Amino acid sequence: MAAADDLKFQEFDDAANLLAANPGATTISIDEPVQIPKNQRSRLQEPGREEDDELLGTDDSDKTELLAGQKKSAPFWTFDYYQTFFDVDTYQVLDRIKGSVFPVPGKNFVRLYIRSNPDLYGPFWICATLVFTIAVSGNLSNFFIHLGKPTYHYVPEFRKVSIAATTIYAYAWLVPLALWGFLMWRNSKVMNIVSYSFLEIVCVYGYSLFVYIPTAMLWIIPERVVRWVLMMFSLCLSGSVLVMTFWPAVRDDNRRIALATVGTIILLHALLSVGCLAYFFDAPEVDFPAPIIPAHNGTTVITKSVSKVTTPVSPSVQ
Amino acid sequence: MRDLKAVGKKFVHVMYPKKSSALLRDWDLWGPLVLCVSLALMLQGGAADSKDDGGPQFAEVFVIIWFGAVVITLNSKLLGGTISFFQSLCVLGYCVLPLTVAMLVCRLVLLAGNGTVSFIIRLIVVVAMFAWSTLASTAFLADSQPPNRKALVVYPIFLFYFVISWMILTFTPQ
Repeated sequence: MAAADDLKFQEFDDAANLLAANPGATTISIDEPVQIPKNQRSRLQEPGREEDDELLGTDDSDKTELLAGQKKSAPFWTFDYYQTFFDVDTYQVLDRIKGSVFPVPGKNFVRLYIRSNPDLYGPFWICATLVFTIAVSGNLSNFFIHLGKPTYHYVPEFRKVSIAATTIYAYAWLVPLALWGFLMWRNSKVMNIVSYSFLEIVCVYGYSLFVYIPTAMLWIIPERVVRWVLMMFSLCLSGSVLVMTFWPAVRDDNRRIALATVGTIILLHALLSVGCLAYFFDAPEVDFPAPIIPAHNGTTVITKSVSKVTTPVSPSVQ
Repeated sequence: MRDLKAVGKKFVHVMYPKKSSALLRDWDLWGPLVLCVSLALMLQGGAADSKDDGGPQFAEVFVIIWFGAVVITLNSKLLGGTISFFQSLCVLGYCVLPLTVAMLVCRLVLLAGNGTVSFIIRLIVVVAMFAWSTLASTAFLADSQPPNRKALVVYPIFLFYFVISWMILTFTPQ
């Protein structure tokens, strides 16, 4: 078992040697602005692999540089260093988004789509879009829910944009940081087969948030059941991307730790979506409380508006 | 006087975006500054309830426009664009002009009333100006990008002008 896995990872270094040793091997050249023709394909994989291969994916779906080690050689204070994180084309970004929305059961998102070319474009702009989508949708939904109520005056609620931005960017960067630190720590104790770099984890989290963008737009519908169904659905989709990515990384660890890690990942993800729904979107049947008005007979009456019908309530207040 | 004429010429260029590089060659940031300040001033006086949940403050509009333009410029440079930093800032700033015009029109329409008809007029005007801004800046900026990444560069510009349009459309007076 260990030998097969060792060989599998050596293939990244030996691909050039393999090609040199077998110049007649079928190669596929992809039309792309890189200097090195892409020669690594599933031919270089050994036949008869077991489930690790399924979970870790093949090389087909993304085009990576053959000599990936040469990519990040610029020192971190130069502009070129950061340019390596934006080395993606339009179709690659679209492919990764598609992979996060339609997770193939059994395929690992990182191995399938990222393949040692993590980018920061996707996570950053998906988070930015999500921030504004949630703020705008929340505002719209509140507007439609309270439309027609006599005491309601529309406000753009611009404060919520900064709150949304802080929350979502903190989630998309701090949780991967914590997870990466935790995985590094466990790696030092237990030799794991799979380990991810920090940027790959950021990438997975960023792209997994994409499914919340259409969900937030559909949350405008002021039906409680619809909103919860939508949330469950999107939580399943993005949660499955995360679980399928991180399960191979903790699988070989202590059983309880592995389950606790995956459980925490899902719990934090669920907390994010529940929190966003609760904070930015008013509940559909909540009565908009009217101010206390003094009644004619001297007792104080609180007028409650219940779906546009105003009924005076007895002085027993809640 | 010469600078004023240059700024005026650029305003005209934005309203009739032809494929000319005059905007790109001689960049200046006076026009964007004037536009940004006037837009932020016009967005003042929006409705706010007691929880201070109103429209954006002056500083917020300023920061959104400048920070947004900087981020988009950085994004296009990181993706391999050949345009210089300040040229891109200049183009993005000048292309806020249609939206400033939309804000002016909205404020005038709101003077007449705040009903459904006024909302529909404002919606049409803002949508039209948003499309104009996005197309104008794309016309200027798209050529400097590598061809297989054009959409990656255009999308943040779209988002940027969308946010500004949203602020304009949701402006409600006290």
